[in-house]
Amino acid sequence: MGIRFILMVNKQGQTRLAQYYEYLTLEERRALEGEIVRKCLARTEQQCSFVEHRNYKIVYRRYASLFFLVGVDNDENELAILEFIHLLVETMDRHFGNVCELDIMFHLEKAHFMLEEMVMNGCIVETSKANILTPIQLMEKSS
Amino acid sequence: MNPFSSGTRLRDMIRAIRACKTAAEERAVVRKECAAIRASINENDQEYRHRNLAKLMFIHMLGYPTHFGQMECLKLIASAGFPEKRIGYLGLMLLLDERQEVLMLVTNSLKQDLNHTNQYIVGLALCALGNICSAEMARDLAPEVERLLQFRDPNIRKKAALCSIRIIKKVPDLAENFINPAAALLKEKHHGVLITGVQLCTDLCKVSSEALEHFRKKCTEVLVKTLKDVANSPYAPEYDVGGITDPFLHIRLLRFLRVLGQGDADASDSMNDILAQVATKTESNKNAGNAILYECVETIMSIEDNGGLRVLAINILGRFLSNRDNNIRYVALNMLMKAISVDAQAVQRHRATILECVKDSDASIRKRALELVYLLINESNVKPLTKELIDYLEVSDQEFKGDLTAKICSIVEKFSPEKIWYIDQMLKVLSEAGNFVKDEVCHALIVVMSNAPDLHGYTVRALYKAFQASSEQESLVRVAVWCIGEYGDMLVKNVGMLDVEDPITVTESDAVDVAEITIKRHTSDLTTKAMALIALLKLSSRFPSCSERIRDIIVQQKGSLVLELQQRSLEFNSILEKHRNIRSALVERMPVLDEATFSGRRAGSVPTTLSPSTMASVKVPNGVVKPAAAPLVDLLDLTSDDAPAPSSSSGDFLNDILGVDLSPASAHSGASQAAKNGTDVLMDILSLGTPPAQSSSSTPDIFSLSQNQKSPVASLDGLSTSSPVSAHAASPQAASSIIDLLDGLGPSPPAPENNGPAYPSVVAFESSSLRVMFDFSKSPGNPQITVIKATFTNLSSNIYADFVFQAAVPKFLQLHLDPASGNTLPASSSGTVTQTLRVTNSQHGKKSLVMRIRIAYKINGKDVLEEGQINNFPREL
Repeated sequence: MGIRFILMVNKQGQTRLAQYYEYLTLEERRALEGEIVRKCLARTEQQCSFVEHRNYKIVYRRYASLFFLVGVDNDENELAILEFIHLLVETMDRHFGNVCELDIMFHLEKAHFMLEEMVMNGCIVETSKANILTPIQLMEKSS
Repeated sequence: MNPFSSGTRLRDMIRAIRACKTAAEERAVVRKECAAIRASINENDQEYRHRNLAKLMFIHMLGYPTHFGQMECLKLIASAGFPEKRIGYLGLMLLLDERQEVLMLVTNSLKQDLNHTNQYIVGLALCALGNICSAEMARDLAPEVERLLQFRDPNIRKKAALCSIRIIKKVPDLAENFINPAAALLKEKHHGVLITGVQLCTDLCKVSSEALEHFRKKCTEVLVKTLKDVANSPYAPEYDVGGITDPFLHIRLLRFLRVLGQGDADASDSMNDILAQVATKTESNKNAGNAILYECVETIMSIEDNGGLRVLAINILGRFLSNRDNNIRYVALNMLMKAISVDAQAVQRHRATILECVKDSDASIRKRALELVYLLINESNVKPLTKELIDYLEVSDQEFKGDLTAKICSIVEKFSPEKIWYIDQMLKVLSEAGNFVKDEVCHALIVVMSNAPDLHGYTVRALYKAFQASSEQESLVRVAVWCIGEYGDMLVKNVGMLDVEDPITVTESDAVDVAEITIKRHTSDLTTKAMALIALLKLSSRFPSCSERIRDIIVQQKGSLVLELQQRSLEFNSILEKHRNIRSALVERMPVLDEATFSGRRAGSVPTTLSPSTMASVKVPNGVVKPAAAPLVDLLDLTSDDAPAPSSSSGDFLNDILGVDLSPASAHSGASQAAKNGTDVLMDILSLGTPPAQSSSSTPDIFSLSQNQKSPVASLDGLSTSSPVSAHAASPQAASSIIDLLDGLGPSPPAPENNGPAYPSVVAFESSSLRVMFDFSKSPGNPQITVIKATFTNLSSNIYADFVFQAAVPKFLQLHLDPASGNTLPASSSGTVTQTLRVTNSQHGKKSLVMRIRIAYKINGKDVLEEGQINNFPREL
């Protein structure tokens, strides 16, 4: 399994979405999130998008005020994860229309549904935006 | 209306949380909201269940406990409607984990949903199962998942594939059931099914070698073709990323090919062409293309050798390394680490670029580059590379200095071509980043210095100069102070000048200055101060002209608030004042430290001497913990491993009398004891904190007997309080001065112990059927040990068979039982069985022996058990 967790964090370091694919206790999560956010947010635009932390490699990318942080195993392809983050953002864009922090906050469950269609158990399931969004659109229509 | 009643909408709650200015406010809002949700749960409120769970997920994300909502998830999953199930499953995946008991309750719902007619519900159940399934659930639900791998809708097949990965990881035994269905997935066209199918096959290979063989034989061709199709596919808008079709699928395919090609020449051969095509044709101006190239290079490096491909791969890495994008450079460094085992020569060509990366402003790149440089270093390039690294040490970030220093030290130790170079480099590191140098590195340096007698003078002068330039580096100061203490005379007299050196003029008082500055500086830590104090003691004998001044400095430390320093200064002062005749022997140079033992000890898992942690817990008699003494003792204590070194007679004698190698390294102490010289005694003085129990290593000479009875602390108390009268009255003979040293406890006559006095025999146990007699004797020279001969007599008229005697003693005693002379006891006192017991009394003189016994035997095949307690041992045992 490649992806260990996915975090979305705003500029102030507040978590906006957290999805873990391995078990961590609440305290461990909070500590981990704090450490990672501190490390990544301190970096400049020019520095590379990879940070090694504990036994994770964090691949992160910033979109406006939101940071997308993905924790992966050490042998994962970092560039591919970067591309995956972009795919995630594009998918959300397509659904919300120019996605922003508030969209994710107020539609947390939808963000999770999308993520669920894209990643399962730390592996990528689907890379086609249409395929990812179909079930979500169906559900919206029915309700 | 109360805004936080359970009726608040999710949106309102989020607004309220967002509006919080402080963490405390947020906590208050969350607390109220949680209370409302609990109340709503207790009322079993159907209407708000959905909303409550959505709120809980938000609260959970913020990092607050939400376990009370777990049962709600299960209820939602069990309900019929799709939206309820949807949120229920999401809650299940977020709020629960596979370790919770509650999860068992969900197995049945999952099973029903996996068989549901609505494929979206099946999809939900698969997704949940794939994320949280435990080993038991895996066993229960594997058949359903296996069936779903052939479901008509590809969206279900892809989820079933990933769910299977979880199952085979939890229960590897199930792997073989999945091999065939997984292989079928590889022939699909749907990208989602392909990418998950390839992933499933890769993971199957990890858990089952059978699967690996199967896929190698049957699927390599298929995969090569699939990769070819994807790589050459026309523009596909849904999967297109920057002109490349589905880079994610590319990467998964390359990764699986790597698994198949590794260690199999045929499979590797069949994928050569497509790898060459991907490596040459992929566009490298976009991230997606580079991601594919990166994966392709790794596959080429891992599969069986093909010279042409490898050249191609190394060239790609070279291009990456010179890229301006930091991300690309990072992955290049990462990959070069792997390539180094394949083609070290090719990686060496990029050395200059890699070295530049060590100096990058980006910490991630620096770290990778440093690790790579570390791997690149060999005997031939160590000098220039080390120079570069040390030069960079000057300007590097504070937070990087720790890593960098550790690596440089390790390189220098591993590859140093000659001692002078080693010492030079280490001095540079110490001057630049002494605060980051680990203690053991300093120890290693001191060992090397001590082993280079022709460089002693050079080293001490270099250290003196370095100290003048950068006295704020703690480790440098320690090494400098140690060297000046040992080789101070060489510093002043310019002994052993090398051609490369500029002569310097250092007076005796300058050398003493170093130690004085160190001991008086507030920033020096305890270990450094303690080392400075010892250096002063040593210098007092090397520089007689300064001895008055040194005495003054030492006397000032009598008022130190740190017990350790106070005690040492008292002791040293009394050596200076009252024992001039033995001082020079006491403070002789340390014998050459044995490199082999030292490195062996560093490598070995069990430290032979006091490790800091054990020392830290040792208490001096008045109950003050003195942790910081440890490194000092450790450092000095290196001598205890030494080969015998020549020593002066008085020091030797003194050593024998103080007697005892206090270090617990008893294995070494036996051999080295006899020939320890004065400095060892000093060390022994310093290792005073060692528990008395360990001090009783065997010293055959008679004085040590009297020593054994007292704790070493007592002897040193004697040392520091020894009356001036007795000191002045001391004859020039070493022996009597020693007795003075020990002040009062010396003369205690060792005779009684030597004779091994006789003790009366006792009847230890007597019943109507059995009598046990104990005879005692003591081994001369070891009052703690009592040898007891037990004699068993049968008073009955039956023969005792299978006679067994057992004994138990309290903790302060140690008991050793020799085998009995027989296990049958003839009837009517017509014969006896004897058995020897050896008891060691660690509280000898304070507590007397006590013992509980148990005797078992058989009369005509019937078990008999007798028990008793023995309290009538002679008191003095």
